[in-house]
Amino acid sequence: MTVRPLEIVLGPLLFNWPAERVVDLYARIADEAPVDRVYLGEVVCGKREPLLQHTLADAAERLEKAGKVVVWSTLALPMTARDRRGVAETAADPDRLVEINDAAALWSRSVGSFVAGPMLNIYNEAAARELMARGCTRLCANVELSLPAISTLAKGCPGLEIELFAFGRLPLALSGRCYHARTHGLHRDSCRYVCDRDPDGLAVRTLGGQDFLAVNGVQTLSHAYQVADIAPSDLQAAGVTALRLSPHTADMVAVAKAFRAFADGLHGKSDLLASLVGAGVPTPLAGGYLRGEAGVTGLVR
Amino acid sequence: MGSIELVCPAGSPSMLRAAIEAGADSVYCGLRDDTNARNFPGLNFSPPELKEAVAWAHQRGARVLVAVNTFARAGQSDRWLASADQAVEAGAYAVIAADLAVLAHMHANHPDTRLHLSVQAAAGTPEAIAFHAREYGVKRVVLPRVLSVQEIVVLQRAVAVETEAFVFGGLCVMAEGRCALSSYVTGRSPNLCGVCSPPEAVDFSESGGELTTRLGGFVLDRFDRDDTAGYPTLCKGRFEADGTAGYLFEDPVSLNAMGQLAGLRRAGVSAVKVEGRQRGKAYVARVASAFRQAIDALDRGEDAEAFQHLLTDLAEGGKETAGAYRKAWR
Repeated sequence: MTVRPLEIVLGPLLFNWPAERVVDLYARIADEAPVDRVYLGEVVCGKREPLLQHTLADAAERLEKAGKVVVWSTLALPMTARDRRGVAETAADPDRLVEINDAAALWSRSVGSFVAGPMLNIYNEAAARELMARGCTRLCANVELSLPAISTLAKGCPGLEIELFAFGRLPLALSGRCYHARTHGLHRDSCRYVCDRDPDGLAVRTLGGQDFLAVNGVQTLSHAYQVADIAPSDLQAAGVTALRLSPHTADMVAVAKAFRAFADGLHGKSDLLASLVGAGVPTPLAGGYLRGEAGVTGLVR
Repeated sequence: MGSIELVCPAGSPSMLRAAIEAGADSVYCGLRDDTNARNFPGLNFSPPELKEAVAWAHQRGARVLVAVNTFARAGQSDRWLASADQAVEAGAYAVIAADLAVLAHMHANHPDTRLHLSVQAAAGTPEAIAFHAREYGVKRVVLPRVLSVQEIVVLQRAVAVETEAFVFGGLCVMAEGRCALSSYVTGRSPNLCGVCSPPEAVDFSESGGELTTRLGGFVLDRFDRDDTAGYPTLCKGRFEADGTAGYLFEDPVSLNAMGQLAGLRRAGVSAVKVEGRQRGKAYVARVASAFRQAIDALDRGEDAEAFQHLLTDLAEGGKETAGAYRKAWR
C-alpha cells in the first residue's frame, strides 16, 4: 500500500490581527506556501467575528484560486445570541467545508461532512466513530492526546483523516471571561478589543519570573510553541495524514516550507528546528503531549 | 422533595448518608477510578459499596446519581462503559456522562436509566443541549458555570430538557471540560484523569519567611508565613502579565449562590447542585441542611435570604462569590 504524503495545513488564526496583517498572511500563503488547506474564521471570540468578515471572504477566494482547500472554522465557545447565529450559519451551509469546534455546531450541521476541531473533546475511537456516523471525515486530534493514543484512535476509525497540531502555541483553555479585558481593568462587553495588542498572545509569567502561558482574550495558550518533530514515517504509521500549523507572527511561509521539507524526508529534525528559528519562531519549543508527558516538556534532542 | 431538587456530593458512603440525613434529595458519586472527575485517593465507591448505598438511599426516598464523567482513553473505552454498566446494575437513578462513547452506550444499552449531561460536556447553548438530547436521549443537562441567572431563564425556555445548576462550592474558572492547563504542566488533566493540579505535582517550600507553592515546578503563588496558603490549583494562582502581578484568572473564591436560589427556581431549573465530593461529611451535612431550609422556605412563600450567610466560613480561602450568576465581568 502506498502512503500518501503528509498534508501541510494552516489552522485558523487564533489572534486578533489587523486586517492588513491578515490580508498579507493569506496572500503569502496563497502565493508562496506549500500548504494544502487553510482554515479560516474566528474560533476564539464572537466579538471579533464581524471585524474580518470581508477580509476573510476575499482571502478564501484568493486561496481557492491558488488551489488551496478552504475550510470554515466555527467558534469554540459560543455564548451570545450573535455567537450562536454565526455558528449556525456557517455550520448549516452545505456548500462550505466546515470545521466544528463545539457541540452547538453539530446540531446545525444536519447535512454535509465536517472536520472535527481540536477543541472538541474526542479522546477515543468510540467517540470519534459517533462523529463519523454524523458526517465527520477528518479529526484534528485534541492536543492532550499522545501519538500512541492517536494511533489507537486512528486504527479504530478506518477512513478517518487525522490532523496533528504540529506547530504553534497550544490552545489550552477557554473561558467565559476575557483575560485581556480583565488585565486591562475592562469588562468583556466594553473590551476595546485590547487583545489586538498581542498578536501572539499576552505573556504570562510566574512570580518567579518564568515564562509560562499566553493569554488571548477568552483563550489561554502555552508560552512554549509545540513542534511535532517526530519522524514522518512514525506519524504516518500512527494514522496521521496532515500536519496543522497554527498561525503566528513568525514567517509562516518559511514555517510551512520547513515542515514540507521535513514531511518529505528532505530535512531531518535538526534542519527543521534550525529553519523554524530562522523563521523567527521563539524558543522554548515543546513536544511533551505527543510523548504522553506534560505538554510543556521540551523536545528530545 | 420540594420544588427544586437538592443534589449533594458524596465522596464516600458515610458522606452519602450524611447528605441525605441533612436533607439532600439526591446525591451524586463516582466509582473508585479515573472514570469520574474526582479521582482522588481515598474517595469514591467500590461497586458493592455503590449497590449498598443506592439501597440505603432508596429506603429514605433519595436518589443516587453516578458520575462517569471523564473522557475515555483511547483503547480503554470498555472501562468507562463498564462503570456505566455498574451504575445501572446498582440501581442508579441517573448516569452523568460527558464522553460521546459513554452517552452512546447508555442510549443504546440502558434506555431505561436516565442520562444526565455532565458539566464536563460544556453544553451551554440551546443547540448544544438539543444535540445531546436528540442524539442520546439526555434528560437533564448540568449547566456550565458561566451563565447568569437571566441567561439561564432564556436557555431554560429554549430547551426541552431539565437543567441542573451549581449553587455552592469550588468553581472552575475555565469552561469545564475545555481546560488542559493542568496536563500542560503535570501530564494529568480533569478530562482524562479526573484530577486537576494533582497532589504529586504540588510543592510547598519555605524560605526567608515566605511560602512558595509550585505545580510541576512552576511557581503558582507566594505567601507571608502568617497568611493561609491555598491549595495550588493552577488557574487560582498569582501571575504577572503586562507589568502587574495578581490573580490573573480568578481570585480564590468559592461559589455561594444561595442569593440566586429564588431566581433559579423561577427560571424553571429542576435541580441545584453542591460541589465538593472531596470535602467530607461535616461539610456536606451543613451545606445540605442550609439549602434544604432555604428551598423549604421558598416553597412556603418565604424569603431565603436568612440562610445566605450560614455557610460563609466554608468557602475556600474564606471568600465567596455569586459567580457568573451576577456576571460582574460582562
